Amino acid sequence: MIWDALFLGLGYNATLVTIGAMLLGMAAGVGGTFLFLRKRALVSDAVAHATLPGVGLAFIVMVAFGGDGRSLVGLLLGGAMSAGIGLLCVSWLSTRTRLAEDAAIGAVLSVFFGFGIVILTVIQAMNAGRQAGLEGFLLGSTAGMLRTDAIVLAVSAALTLGLVLLLRRPLTLASFDPEYASASGRSIARIDLAMMGIVLAVTVVGLKIVGLILIVALLIIPPVTARFWTERTDHVVAISGLVGGFAGYLGAATSAAVPDVPTGPIIVLISFALFALSLLFAPQRGVLSSFLRHRSFQRRVHLRQGLLALAQHQPIYEGLTMRLLKNAGLVLADGVPTDAGKARAAKAMLDEARWTIVRGDQSYEAAAILYDGLTDLETLLTADQLQDVDARLSKPHGVGA
Amino acid sequence: MSGAEFVPLSLTPMLIGIFVAMACALPGNFLLLRRQALIGDAISHVVLPGIVVAFLLSGAVAALPMLLGAAGAAVIAVAAIEGIRRVGRIEPGAAMGVVFTTMFAGGVLLLEISDTSDVHLDVEHALFGNLESLIWLDAFGWASLLDPEALAGLPVELPRMAATFVLVGAFVALFWRPLKISTFDEGFAQTIGMRTRPLGLALVVVSAIAAVAAFDAVGSIIVIAMFICPPAAARLMTNRLETQVAWSMVFAILAAVTGYVLAGYGPLWMGFDASVSAAGMIATMSGVILAIAAFAGPHRRSV
Repeated sequence: MIWDALFLGLGYNATLVTIGAMLLGMAAGVGGTFLFLRKRALVSDAVAHATLPGVGLAFIVMVAFGGDGRSLVGLLLGGAMSAGIGLLCVSWLSTRTRLAEDAAIGAVLSVFFGFGIVILTVIQAMNAGRQAGLEGFLLGSTAGMLRTDAIVLAVSAALTLGLVLLLRRPLTLASFDPEYASASGRSIARIDLAMMGIVLAVTVVGLKIVGLILIVALLIIPPVTARFWTERTDHVVAISGLVGGFAGYLGAATSAAVPDVPTGPIIVLISFALFALSLLFAPQRGVLSSFLRHRSFQRRVHLRQGLLALAQHQPIYEGLTMRLLKNAGLVLADGVPTDAGKARAAKAMLDEARWTIVRGDQSYEAAAILYDGLTDLETLLTADQLQDVDARLSKPHGVGA
Repeated sequence: MSGAEFVPLSLTPMLIGIFVAMACALPGNFLLLRRQALIGDAISHVVLPGIVVAFLLSGAVAALPMLLGAAGAAVIAVAAIEGIRRVGRIEPGAAMGVVFTTMFAGGVLLLEISDTSDVHLDVEHALFGNLESLIWLDAFGWASLLDPEALAGLPVELPRMAATFVLVGAFVALFWRPLKISTFDEGFAQTIGMRTRPLGLALVVVSAIAAVAAFDAVGSIIVIAMFICPPAAARLMTNRLETQVAWSMVFAILAAVTGYVLAGYGPLWMGFDASVSAAGMIATMSGVILAIAAFAGPHRRSV
């Protein structure tokens, strides 16, 4: 069953929904990157929660005009409208009053959601006995979807992805250097508006698939995950899109195979698994690699200090240093240096002496600021410079009579 | 309306609503000024897995294990946010977003795959609560307030929320000066020897206690609204912290009472034979109050 789902073998609707979820995940991952880079990730949470009253009101309006009330396009349009109003409220509150953006986000989120709940209870009272099925918008449910709805979802997810890809250049510019962007004739306000438009589109398309409570995760987790792997924006955007797409695909497929489970939580948990893997194992920024880097640095410091101690015939009491020296074959078990050890120790001593001169001479300032007590001077200075430094070392000389 | 109808059916939910609103709005004042307003949002999301795990372990919908589970989840969430922020060098908003959505998703999934169909524990309940159901069946009128036998049948949420409010109030009163100084000028507070980090942590813990206790009674939506809306509206009324806290208490009570009344009786006045969600209505009313303050509050402009 699960393999069928993964290879899109569960029928036309499930396949459409799975592909739609994948496209949505990619759009959210790419769009969310810019939100993340502008440090406004949580705005999307307010937008998502603000869709609820619109969905409910759209249902009521459609029923009032004699319809069934369950037309997905109508419900999503309603959601988009109230989310737009919520977005305007957030920006109005945070720019025109003294409230900070986080307070504006929280206020809009809770009030719109609360009002949405009121509307949902009104709907329950309106048609007792007939299920409106609006609860599916809270956590996402893709099971038993109509074919037209599935087509709508897949197409609008594809359109959203196209929109994000079209707008990625100005968005990148505005994320990194808003001043340069406005100096080169682009309106930051309009770029921000476009970004919020993308958030709105992702949220609304994601309502049925991921649900409004968790859609924010799809905009936040993939970019944060991608950030671990690279320092370049275009790579963050690409990786984030891949992570989002993979999570959407796998989540929707799993949920199609196990119908009782809502789609949203699965997609979120898969994204989080990818995030946790990146946090642990990414090169450079990952936990494991920074631990290893710390360990290797620690070893270099201990080895160097041990060599300097050997050169000055001082006893070494520290366990790790002793072990490192022994393992490198530089000392014998009783702490007596081997020939190799004596050579390395003398070299370390020479290096320190050279460094002392370099650090005392202003003309070597550029090299001197790199002093960390570990680096070999040969890696920084040219042969000529080294000769100059060596010429100033105090020479071995006979003891005066 | 007669006391015989009001006291058993409406008095206790209304009082619980008031205590919830005040217990959340009080620490909310400081969280708002410290730019930590969304902590209430995060806490109320992460509480869900804690409650579900507590239920699965204890096998019953009992108050104490659930409170413990919720508190444990809140602690794990705070630690995880801080850890991700430091280890991954990620801005706090995004770290929070990662943690609370994941924990909420985990809670929902646990709830769906485990068999909780025979008890009253579902996602909707966690979100909206069921304030209307906290009625006082032993009461027959105002006289019951003096009747020890009837008082014994009070819904347990009422004394619990009252105690929570007293606890939160005591914390704020006891640490008023340090809280005030460290909120407005953390650097100065450190200079005069205050330990601002433990104090900030204590504020978060007290907020979490308020949120968890309230969550159990009324669901998460009121909690989020009350952490933010009354303090935010009060912030637009005054420049003095004392006055702001006082206004926020007034707004919290106002939102709870009007919200409850409108939810219970509003539809009847409009001719419908039903009521709407009290939790949702209270959140909506707090938003209306904030909107009025944002349009007319004497200190609404940014300086």
